[in-house]
Order: sequence, then structure tokens, then C-alpha cells
Amino acid sequence: MLRIQALTKTYKNGEAALKGVSLGVEAGEIIGLIGPSGAGKSTLIRCVNRLIEPSSGRVQLGEVELTGLSGGALRRERRRIGMIFQEYALIERLTVMENVLAGRLGYTGFWNSWFRRFAAQDVQRAIALLERVGLIDHIDKRADALSGGQRQRVGIARALIQQPELLLVDEPTASLDPKTSRSVMRLLTELCIENRLAAIVNIHDVVLAQAFLPRIVGLNAGIVVYDGPASGLTAEVLTSIYGEEDWTRTAAGEGGSDDGEPLVIARMEAEQ
Amino acid sequence: MPTTRTATGKTSGWRFKTWRRTRLEWLGWLALVALTVLCWRVMTAGTIWSFVEDAPRQAADLFGRMLPPRWDYANSLWRPLWDTINMATLGTAIAIVVATSLAFLAARNTTPSMLVLRPLALFVIVASRSVNALVWGLLLVAVLGPGVLAGIIAIALRSIGFIGKLLYEAIEEIDEMQVEAIRATGASPAQVITYGIVPQILPAFATISVFRWDINIRESTVLGLVGAGGLGLALETSLNTLAWPQVSVILLMILATVVFSEWLTAKVRKGIL
Repeated sequence: MLRIQALTKTYKNGEAALKGVSLGVEAGEIIGLIGPSGAGKSTLIRCVNRLIEPSSGRVQLGEVELTGLSGGALRRERRRIGMIFQEYALIERLTVMENVLAGRLGYTGFWNSWFRRFAAQDVQRAIALLERVGLIDHIDKRADALSGGQRQRVGIARALIQQPELLLVDEPTASLDPKTSRSVMRLLTELCIENRLAAIVNIHDVVLAQAFLPRIVGLNAGIVVYDGPASGLTAEVLTSIYGEEDWTRTAAGEGGSDDGEPLVIARMEAEQ
Repeated sequence: MPTTRTATGKTSGWRFKTWRRTRLEWLGWLALVALTVLCWRVMTAGTIWSFVEDAPRQAADLFGRMLPPRWDYANSLWRPLWDTINMATLGTAIAIVVATSLAFLAARNTTPSMLVLRPLALFVIVASRSVNALVWGLLLVAVLGPGVLAGIIAIALRSIGFIGKLLYEAIEEIDEMQVEAIRATGASPAQVITYGIVPQILPAFATISVFRWDINIRESTVLGLVGAGGLGLALETSLNTLAWPQVSVILLMILATVVFSEWLTAKVRKGIL
């Protein structure tokens, strides 16, 4: 349903962020995009909805080729793609409800959006979504009054009210504590399954990715070095994605063996 | 910064600055002191010291003539006072409208054209800031004739640069992530501005506008001196006729107005933040 073909991106300073990435995502499929900082994960998902202009290659969503579009046609296709951000990217001084309804801006005229006159069914959908993510009691709170986990739920509601076919998720848990990270990832994957949504999830945390995402794509220096099931992330694969390290505790199927690492460090990690 | 190494290449010491840099800084300070001495000499060369020695007596004499203030004169000042406040308020309002559009043209992240419109907007802002309101007043009185209109436009012209500069800096400092998020929903460019940018700059916008209004109240009391109406005009008339008891009333009234505007701006700012 999403086809990325030989996508490259070279920034103005000569830095090649993507060097020919090809990737296919089927309807309802959730994939985890892992890789070290600077591997091009953020660039890749931003090239899909063209927040960043790719240098060459093709991106196709369903029957529509996104790479050729501009102006109004591009904005119409962007409505089909929801996006969720690491630092939530909520409009801090607006209320929770205004933030969620902002997801309908593509379907709302300028003056109606200026006076916050959204269609009745959009308002109903916003209420239903806020109920689903458990924030219905905070509907009129300003976004900057919420905790990190609550903000990310608002971010999820804003992306879902677009009724997208594809979700682009950029490091959804990097600013959250481990427990909140897990509940946000669970919510996200549940919602994708409920709505038969395809999603690309950029994620730093390999363990979290293995726990929630069935298919993993590993990116290193702008090249796809792994594309397969989460269970295939062996120590060798992780080394090819991230570089040389002791992966024995992280690699699939080998987790839990506490040889090598002192107990104190394991405890510290558990405390965090 | 500079570290010292032993023969084996180990780091063994550290100093905050190099010797060369320390010496250069001392030379800089020395030059500054020399300049101060020179300026003092130039300044005092043209002073007639007998006048300066006489100053306390002269000041006391002037102050004596101002007292007691001619309180009943205040009754003929209400109209000029109203003019002064109107001049400041209308001038600020016009400046806000013009400066807001200029600020969006001048800000690096919102300008539609980096090569033409941005330099143009920046030039207008700098030009407006480089001329004092009093000088704008002088020019406009010559063009429009004396009166409040010249004062309003003088205030507006000076304030455009002030508000424009501070506002475009506020626009450049916004969190781009929020803008990105709104763009990603498929919003139109106008919606990206009203949802992604406006909420972020609203506090700065309100503070800047109210602050400039406060400054303009003070400036408009002086603008009358060059013929632009308001309290300043009454002040000039009284000064020219050596009506010192009237001058003291006007000065007290200006003081009261400024204190009032100070109080009001403090209230408004508290309400916004």
C-alpha cells in the first residue's frame, strides 16, 4: 500500500542521509524502523509526507505517487497520512480539544478553523478518540498542563482523527519513562489493529521494538541493512545495524541470560 | 584552553587564557581609559565654569518661580491630555497592523521571498528605528502642517520598527516542530500560520504592543514641542511666555499620565502571562 523505491536524500551541506532506500508496507502492517542516531530514520519518514523533499526516488501511497505532487494536491494526500512526534509537537498554548481538532484542518476551511467551527461529526469523533485514549476529563486543559504520556496520547488522537491510512511515528517513546513508553506503544499498536492502519514506527529502543512490532527494518547510514521479523534480530544483525557492541542481552531469544553483566547494573536498569 | 605538556606528552597543567590574550586584553582596557580621559578634556574645553558654579542658584531661582503651580490652569489641559493619549493609542494601533505584516515578511522562517521581500522588510524596520519620533514629528509637521495627525503618524512610523523587530525575532524563535505537525495534517499555509505560529507568538505580541504603547504615551507628551499637538504644545506655549507656574502644572500632569500608563501596562502584562 506504501511503496518506497530507491529513495535518496542529500542535504545541502552534502550529507547523504538516504542512499537508495526501497521499502514496501502492506495495509494494516506495522513496521519498526531501528538504527543508530543519524542513520536517516527521521529523514525517511519525513520524505514520505514530503516535510522533507527527497532528492530522487519514488514514494507511492496506494495509487498516488506522492513525489510528483505540489500545492493543494500534496495537502490532500497528506490528510491520508497521520504523524506522531517524539516531543509530541502539540500546540502548547491551545487546549487538548483544539489540538485534536487540528488534525481535521485539511478538511476545514480557513475561517471555520479560525473561529474553531469544526464539523459536528469531527467534534463527535474527537470526543470518541479522547475517550479511547483516556483523556476525556482533560478536554479543556491547555496542552502544556499535561504530563508527557498524556501529551503523546493527544498526539495520537490528533493523528487518528485524520482517519489516515498510514501512520508515521517518529520516536514516540524517546521522551517517556519505561512504563509510559510501554503503555503508549500498546495503545498505538492496538489502535493500528482496530483501524487496520499501516504504520512506520521509528524507535531507538530495540527491546521495545521487539516487544510490540512484528516486522523490523534496520537502517544504517542511509541503507536498509535488515528487513525481517523481530525474532531475526540476532547479535550479528544488531552489529550490522548499530555497530560492534555486546548484544548478548538484547538479541532475540538470548535475552535474560545474565552472564557477563554485573547484577548491580541490571538492577540499575530495572530501577530506571 | 592552553594546556602544558610534559616531555612524554602527558597533560600536566592548564591556564584559562594564553599569555598573548591576557596582554591584548590589558591593552584594550588601557585604550578605554585613555579614551575616557580624552573625552573628558574635549567636553570640559568648551565649558564656561562660572556658569556651572552659578547653576545651583539658577536652579533654585527657576524652581522658586514655578511655585506655587497655577492649579486652575489644569482645567484647560484636559483637552490636550486627551489628544496626547489618543495620539499614542492610535499611533500604536496603526504600527501594530503594519509591523505584524512586516514581521512575517522579515522572519527567516515565514518570509515568502528570501531575496527580495525579506531585505526590503528589514530595511523598512531599520529605517523606522533609526529616526527618533521627534524627528519624524518635525518632518511630518512640515509636510502635514501642525496638529494631532502629524503626531499620530510620527508615533506610528517610529513604532513600526520597534514592534516589527521584536516580533520578527519572536517568530524566528518559535518551535518549528509544532509548525511541522500542523503541516503534516494537510493544513493550508494560512492555517499553518494561525495554528502553528500565532499561538506561539501571542504572549510576545501582547507584551511588545503594550510596552510600546507605554513608551508612546511618554513620547507623545514631548511631540507637541515640534507642533504635533497635545500636552507638548501647551508646554511649548507656556515655556515661550515664561509662564513658569503653568509649566509646573504641565510637568506634574505628564508625570501623572506616565505613572498611570505604567500601572496599566503592568496590569495588562500580568493578565496575559
